[in-house]
Amino acid sequence: MKQFLDLAGVFGYISLLTVGGGMAAFPELKTLTVDTYHWVTFPELMHYYSLGQLAPGPNMMMVASIGAQVAGLPGAAVVLMAFILPTGLLTFGIGRLWTHLDKWPWRASIQRGLGSVAVGLVAAGAIVLARGALSDWLAVVLAVAVFALLMRTKINPAIPIVASGLVGLGVFWLG
Amino acid sequence: MKNPATVALPVAPPPSLWRLFLGFFMMGATSLGGGVIAYLRTGLVTHYRWLDDKTFVELMAISQSLPGLNATNMSILAGDRLRGWPGALLGALGMCLPGASLMTAAAFAVGVGGDDPVSKAFLHAIAAGAVGLVTVVGVQLGAKMLYEIADYVFVAITIVLVAFLHVQVIYALVGVGAVAIWWHRPRKTEPHDVKKPAPEDPVS
Repeated sequence: MKQFLDLAGVFGYISLLTVGGGMAAFPELKTLTVDTYHWVTFPELMHYYSLGQLAPGPNMMMVASIGAQVAGLPGAAVVLMAFILPTGLLTFGIGRLWTHLDKWPWRASIQRGLGSVAVGLVAAGAIVLARGALSDWLAVVLAVAVFALLMRTKINPAIPIVASGLVGLGVFWLG
Repeated sequence: MKNPATVALPVAPPPSLWRLFLGFFMMGATSLGGGVIAYLRTGLVTHYRWLDDKTFVELMAISQSLPGLNATNMSILAGDRLRGWPGALLGALGMCLPGASLMTAAAFAVGVGGDDPVSKAFLHAIAAGAVGLVTVVGVQLGAKMLYEIADYVFVAITIVLVAFLHVQVIYALVGVGAVAIWWHRPRKTEPHDVKKPAPEDPVS
């Protein structure tokens, strides 16, 4: 029971940090799930995160993987509810108030102010992920290649990511 | 209270709750490789014609300025416009269910084969690819959100605090956020300097 409460608390909290995208919450996700609660190892977290980039739908559904690894199907269900409900209710409420907020001058200030913090949080998340994931030359090459490709083309991001995995397999078998 | 914001006329009549759930489920299941918002726009505006483009962009602006995943927020807002709170609930559920089920299944699969060196080689390589993707997302978000030097300063401070000094994200968010909001506080001399960022072509 304690474990389910911990899961609900951690993922409810993390959901509130996903400003500008799931990646913004990644540093805290790592601290809590890896260092504090030891639910997953850092490589496992990275692997789930990157698999999650291949799954359809919102890009942080990988939180279900952590819940499932800790406490099976009920764990996945608890984590999902905790991750979606708090921000979901907030969005629902604000969505109904939004037209009234339209004339509130601070709305624009909040949008702009939080915008730059959101960019910073996403970048910090990318750095934390990169520290773990870019452990050899092949990883660096793949990351740069995917970055360059996605900046230049409108290709579906799933394609270069799967291709990275296949290159990794190829190098593994050749090496 | 009925949603007072339903001013824009949906092109098609609002769907039944079951059709709504099915629609979001299909979009949730087919939006491979991120960029869910683009799939949502194609689905909601073009295919099902449940929302017009103006409403979509408006909901998009709300989603982006609130915490929570963009696609989930969009499903809640669109579902609410279409069928009130049950629509919001079923929209979010349909959007999340396919990906969440797959990732739950992945946990069992990785739990079985996680120590296998072959799957490790694969997973390690896609993690490297994901670093590239996340960097692109950050750059695109930055291009949309940052206008002046002060904005870049706030970005830099946030990065240093979180990634290097390991300050908890919540303190960085509240601390830097408060300063940044104050910096952009409403001034009587320059009204509405924020109408510029129209999320015309949402990428992810």
